[in-house]
Amino acid sequence: MPEPKLSSLHPGDSAIIRAISAEEGLHHRLLALGFRIGKEIHLIRRAWFSGPLQVRIGMTEVIMRRSDADKIRVSHQTTR
Amino acid sequence: MKCIALLGMPNTGKSTFFNRFTGASARVGNWPGITIDLMAAKIPLGGKVVRVVDLPGIYDFHGFSEDEKVVRDFLENNQVDLLLIILNGAQLERQLSLALEARQLGLPAVLLLNMADEAKRAGITVDTEKMAAHLQMPVVWVSAKYGDGFKSASSVIAKALAASPPTDPAKLRDNLRADDEIEAAMEKIMDEAVQIPKTMPKSMTASLDRILLHPLFGLPLFFLIMFLLFQFIFTLGKPMQDGMAWVLAQARNLGLEPLLASVPAWLQGLLLDGIYNGVGTVAAFVPVIILFFLVMTVVEDSGYLSRAAFLMDALMARLGLDGRSFVMLLMGFGCNVPALMGTRIMRSRSLRLLTMLVIPFSLCSARLQVFLFLITAIFTAHAAPFVLFSLYLLSFATALLTALLFKGRFSSTEPFIIELPPYRLPTTRQIILRAWHEVRHFLKRATKFITFGVVAVWVLTHVPGDVPPASAGTLAGHISAVLAPVLSPIGIDAQLSVVLIFGFVAKEIVIGSLAAVYGLEGDSLMGLMAQKLDWVQAYSFMLFTLIYTPCLSAVATLRNESKSYAFMWVSIAWSLLLAWVVSFVFYQGARGLGF
Repeated sequence: MPEPKLSSLHPGDSAIIRAISAEEGLHHRLLALGFRIGKEIHLIRRAWFSGPLQVRIGMTEVIMRRSDADKIRVSHQTTR
Repeated sequence: MKCIALLGMPNTGKSTFFNRFTGASARVGNWPGITIDLMAAKIPLGGKVVRVVDLPGIYDFHGFSEDEKVVRDFLENNQVDLLLIILNGAQLERQLSLALEARQLGLPAVLLLNMADEAKRAGITVDTEKMAAHLQMPVVWVSAKYGDGFKSASSVIAKALAASPPTDPAKLRDNLRADDEIEAAMEKIMDEAVQIPKTMPKSMTASLDRILLHPLFGLPLFFLIMFLLFQFIFTLGKPMQDGMAWVLAQARNLGLEPLLASVPAWLQGLLLDGIYNGVGTVAAFVPVIILFFLVMTVVEDSGYLSRAAFLMDALMARLGLDGRSFVMLLMGFGCNVPALMGTRIMRSRSLRLLTMLVIPFSLCSARLQVFLFLITAIFTAHAAPFVLFSLYLLSFATALLTALLFKGRFSSTEPFIIELPPYRLPTTRQIILRAWHEVRHFLKRATKFITFGVVAVWVLTHVPGDVPPASAGTLAGHISAVLAPVLSPIGIDAQLSVVLIFGFVAKEIVIGSLAAVYGLEGDSLMGLMAQKLDWVQAYSFMLFTLIYTPCLSAVATLRNESKSYAFMWVSIAWSLLLAWVVSFVFYQGARGLGF
């Protein structure tokens, strides 16, 4: 079974980044923001009407569209 | 069995190459020294069976990302007979570093230049022999996507494999030790000296976000906050504007008039009624504009704009824009020019053009002066903030409508990822610097456009001198007679239409030239406006001013940033058309309803 997408997490969930399958430009941007395989990521909130997600990675908070979060696979989620 | 490792930067078609090179025989396997699985396959090559491993994509050998560490650990613990380095042939200026690093580390390698088709289309040619001589490794073109060049690549690889000695992991470990030491030291320092809490303490930012980014109340709160800010500016700005106008009138009466008493009447008219009244009427708004920018600075630096991007992205996405476009629209409230330049952060040209097409509808501070003037003159103090707020809403509405109509022509798939800073209060120094910057900006515009525009309008409305100023006999009268069929259906009369023409250069000219046309300033000019215009005409005039082209600087910026005259003309034509249609519908509708 493929690992779940980042976009499938619920607010309050934490998970570990397992794979990033983004094109060149996005990959660079994600690296610059601290998205690395093996890092823990925390979903803070989801906007309504399929709006963006707010996530925290390390000390950095980031907002991203769901379609971009689809490109990030995470380990099975752990709810705190 | 000999072992080949495949290495390359992310998204160079490395996996595509691997799949085609190995057939469908690859399987996941464990490797010493690393904790994650790597794909590997056994294939026949040059009469022998060899093993091919697909390493994770990395940017360089010395990086400290997870993947870069995996590659280092793999090479330090496994004997490799040949490294296949795959690079995007169309991006060699950036990617060649990886091959050079491999050579420096003494790794036996073959360089594969992938995406031969793309490089060819981009007109890139490579002298592979010269490159091979420099790198001291064979260089071959391939197209992993279409399979071109695989035959020659296979024979080159087989030959290189037979000739090259295997890597010495122990020696490599020595060469890479510095990197590992940095990695270990970093880990040690982070472990011992830096404490990062697993869960963030309940910070001010998190609590504020819970309210301000609330899925249901976030957006209404945003608009409420904006409304209160504008109300604040209006309430506080009005007495400041009155005070400034009083000072300027006193300066004229007590200082300039006695001083210029001896010059000819026409020159006195030009200097006092034209330039001084015109520029002075605009200058009376400088305190309000400073106040406006003080508030904008606080909002911008507070981190709330990124939150606005979060709140609006769902709507913006449906209009073919994104949250950043919305932030640029808000920035455009100050001035459209920096907002237009701000779109440079967008990589996709379509998204950028669409954003640049909507920014000119953003109600900038120059237009704000026109509206403050007319609203104060025509509407009651009670209605004024609501009238102004309605113009802000219409500014949004026209921007969104434009995006909706044009999104089909400018579609993009640009990712939307931005950092969300914690809430901050700007320092007094930042605020003062910013206000000073705006005053300087105004003075620059005043000396360039406003004086020119005011003089031009004064001349048009006072030449020839033997007819009453601004009457049908003047130059301006002739121009407005030509425009009357277009502008009278939207309630704009002769004098106002000349003013609108010069408003194309800069919106500040609009009120400046009203002062010049009538030779009045301050309260007496407002009184005359209130007599001349009813609220329907005034609102129609404001609608037209809001929507048609912002100013010459914005048009020039639009052209420079888009590098397209066609795009500039589309923007001008569309805004003129939309301005006329909206004003027409409003004016005729209101008149039809009996107002």
